[in-house]
Amino acid sequence: MSTPYAKLPAWADYGLIPLINLSVAFIVAGFVVLLVGENPLRAAVILVEGAFGKGTGIAFTLFYATTFIFTGLSVAVAAHCSLFNIGTEGQAYIGGLGIALVCLSFDSTLPWWVIFPMAIVAAAAFGALWGLIPAYLQAKRGSHIVITTIMFNFIAASVMVYLLVGALKPAGSQAPQTRNFLAGAELPKLNWIIELFGAKIRSAPLNICFLLALVMAFLVWLLIWRTRLGYEMRTYGHSPKAARYAGISETRIIITAMMISGALAGMMALNPVMGDQHNVAIDFVSGAGYVGIAVALMGRLHPVGIVLAAILFGMLYQGGAELAFEMPAISRDMIVIIQGLVILFAGALEHMFRPYIQTLFASFSPKSVGMQAVKGTGA
Amino acid sequence: MAQAAIELIGINKSFGAVRANRDINLQVARGTIHGIVGENGAGKSTLMSILYGFYQADSGEIHVGGKPASIHTSNDAIALGIGMVHQHFMLVDNFTVLENIILGAETDALLKSSIAKARSELDRLEREYGLEVDPDAVIEELPVGLQQRVEILKALYRGAEILILDEPTGVLTPAEADHLFRILKQLKEQGKTIVLITHKLREIMAITDTVSVMRQGTMVATRVTKETTVGELAELMVGRRVLLRVEKGESEAGAIKLSVKNLTVKDSRGVTMVDNVSFDVRGGEIVGIAGVAGNGQSELLEAISGIRHAVSGEVTLDGKPIDLTGKADPGELRDRGLAHVPEDRHHVGLVLAFEENENSILGYHDDERYLKGPFLNVDAIMADAKEKIEKYDIRPGNPRLRTANFSGGNQQKIVLAREMEQDPGVLIVGQPTRGVDVGAIEFIHKRLIAMRDQGKAVLVVSVELDEIRSLSDRILVMFAGRVVGERGPDATEGELGLLMAGVEHQEAAQ
Repeated sequence: MSTPYAKLPAWADYGLIPLINLSVAFIVAGFVVLLVGENPLRAAVILVEGAFGKGTGIAFTLFYATTFIFTGLSVAVAAHCSLFNIGTEGQAYIGGLGIALVCLSFDSTLPWWVIFPMAIVAAAAFGALWGLIPAYLQAKRGSHIVITTIMFNFIAASVMVYLLVGALKPAGSQAPQTRNFLAGAELPKLNWIIELFGAKIRSAPLNICFLLALVMAFLVWLLIWRTRLGYEMRTYGHSPKAARYAGISETRIIITAMMISGALAGMMALNPVMGDQHNVAIDFVSGAGYVGIAVALMGRLHPVGIVLAAILFGMLYQGGAELAFEMPAISRDMIVIIQGLVILFAGALEHMFRPYIQTLFASFSPKSVGMQAVKGTGA
Repeated sequence: MAQAAIELIGINKSFGAVRANRDINLQVARGTIHGIVGENGAGKSTLMSILYGFYQADSGEIHVGGKPASIHTSNDAIALGIGMVHQHFMLVDNFTVLENIILGAETDALLKSSIAKARSELDRLEREYGLEVDPDAVIEELPVGLQQRVEILKALYRGAEILILDEPTGVLTPAEADHLFRILKQLKEQGKTIVLITHKLREIMAITDTVSVMRQGTMVATRVTKETTVGELAELMVGRRVLLRVEKGESEAGAIKLSVKNLTVKDSRGVTMVDNVSFDVRGGEIVGIAGVAGNGQSELLEAISGIRHAVSGEVTLDGKPIDLTGKADPGELRDRGLAHVPEDRHHVGLVLAFEENENSILGYHDDERYLKGPFLNVDAIMADAKEKIEKYDIRPGNPRLRTANFSGGNQQKIVLAREMEQDPGVLIVGQPTRGVDVGAIEFIHKRLIAMRDQGKAVLVVSVELDEIRSLSDRILVMFAGRVVGERGPDATEGELGLLMAGVEHQEAAQ
């Protein structure tokens, strides 16, 4: 039998199983909270209220989600081509360099709506370039993409440190970051949308990158399922032999997929750099690339799932910050533990409960699982 | 009738909604060879898996030697004296014969006494049943026929009184198969009971005492072999009369469409798999390549279709040269009118995770008909897939269904429909009916003949000698990477068998 699991109905596959995984993650996290002597239910309430209770919270949640949508999409595009891009972190970091170059050059002369498209192109191009090198090494030399992309994260970090304490740092400044951009390189906020619903927002960094992220999610869907290139990527992803048979060039498809993945990663930098900090600082990506892996896995590599998973992680970031503030016993590190549990259950142990659910479904309505006759192995 | 060695009463087994076995009753008499035939998916393997403890029946009883038995694991089956020889051998390739025999039956941690005991026991078994194998040979260095013998020895070593053989001749040459049958007869004479699962009716006729026919999960008939015919069994299997031999007219061979000269191909380890092979295929003829699997046929097909680079050789397609040593890729060859139905449809010819309609354009996905600029023309692809489903009777007829959920025969039809409907000049087909049930075989053979009659050049590689003989206008036999002979379609099985075994070739070399 070639498929390890029979198929579940779509709603169970994409709704029920993630929900169960998530619940288990929260239950286990609850025990951790209990262990440090706090009330897990109150902690959960603070977490959710912190993320969605007030307008400002929602805006912050969506701001973080924007970042994770980009990195999640980046990981997913490569994964559809069976490439495990761990280098989203570094590609995003280098994407920030592209943005810095555009913004520092033009922020005094051009308006934001001219600079923004230029910055998008620069971020995508720099990220793609950082994905290209490992892709080339994989396609031509067989160097494993997991290893090379991890190494390129370190190289990216070193390059950026070198530039941010040197060439990009304004003379006389003590901080390892570029000068602050002028108004021309600041992106419009989207807080007014939330205010339309009557919520009050003090100040939050939610900006038009959120819309860009949603557009990219749609474009990724289009790419993967509706274009010839996406078809070729999926063919290679499922079966390199079938791709060879179909006349798809292995080199071309690996390089293309990784460049698109890198471009999406690079575009992530637009959100914090142009939308929030208005400068490029050391370590501004701060792990969002790795969170992207969890987001992509939890979203089942589908853009809709990725957007939802990104919002979940945005909630954990925002609500977690509130929680650390409200409950001193729960430190910032505790939040990281909770996030880790979510990643563990939703990502790594994704299939843990699947066989049980399947048995359950099969016993209620066998038709729903689309079980096939067990075929004889006769030649 | 002798006492029943195995008796199955009212066995039912469902997988979800599919009833793989329904209300099966079966009696196998002691000391006989009992055949079980049926199409793929008829439930034979499921039934035997229940008997061997891989699956549990939902209901029903198993009696072994007249006593009710409960079989939950294969260890239970072994304890009851039931041994199984699997179609895909369960041997450790880099172990010796002896090590494989004692695997799972070790008696002590240091193995020393196990090995000594096994050696003397093996010696006795070999003499008793004429199953000579060097106990110290490493499995991977043995030919398949001998590996199978090791599997049988393994079962006997564990004290099997009842042997189940699942498609045992699939990988054997005719000579090896004959030898196997002699061994089975000898085992029978010694009082062992043998259950033979196969879809080759000729084997049933040749060796079994009784035969049971399964169809769609039910046991439709049991016959005494002497009192039945191949025709009757085939009819029982599919529920209607089928052509065992395709009807076809004389071929009208035209111009040379595919010419192969001095083609040499090496595998990834650098071993020469195709050695200086030359042949032509003309329009309007089917050339069949016979041979035991592993004699270079697969590599030949891969090289001609551009999947594997050849080392040297001159190949022309429609009179124009193609460079198979590095330049040509499958896409280019396809553009030039060469269609390829690969041997391995699961990994090469299809992407099993894709929907049916996505597979119906694999390799032709860059064709303008299926595209709108960079986008897939989903409507056109769907319409095209539906047309092929209709024309090739692909079931179930749902182009959105995952390809993995189609049966083997229908998967093969998806590939064939895709390749044939592109109207290629040359069609090369590897194992056209491997894992395909009888009804679909007939359909596929007719389609191949129709291609020939339209003036296409068709090259067929198959390990099924019957298929080669029934389809081909000319038969080439490959042995050890070379074409060792060419015969007409009326060549006898024995003649081809000798060629396939390399006998004539070796004599000529001496």
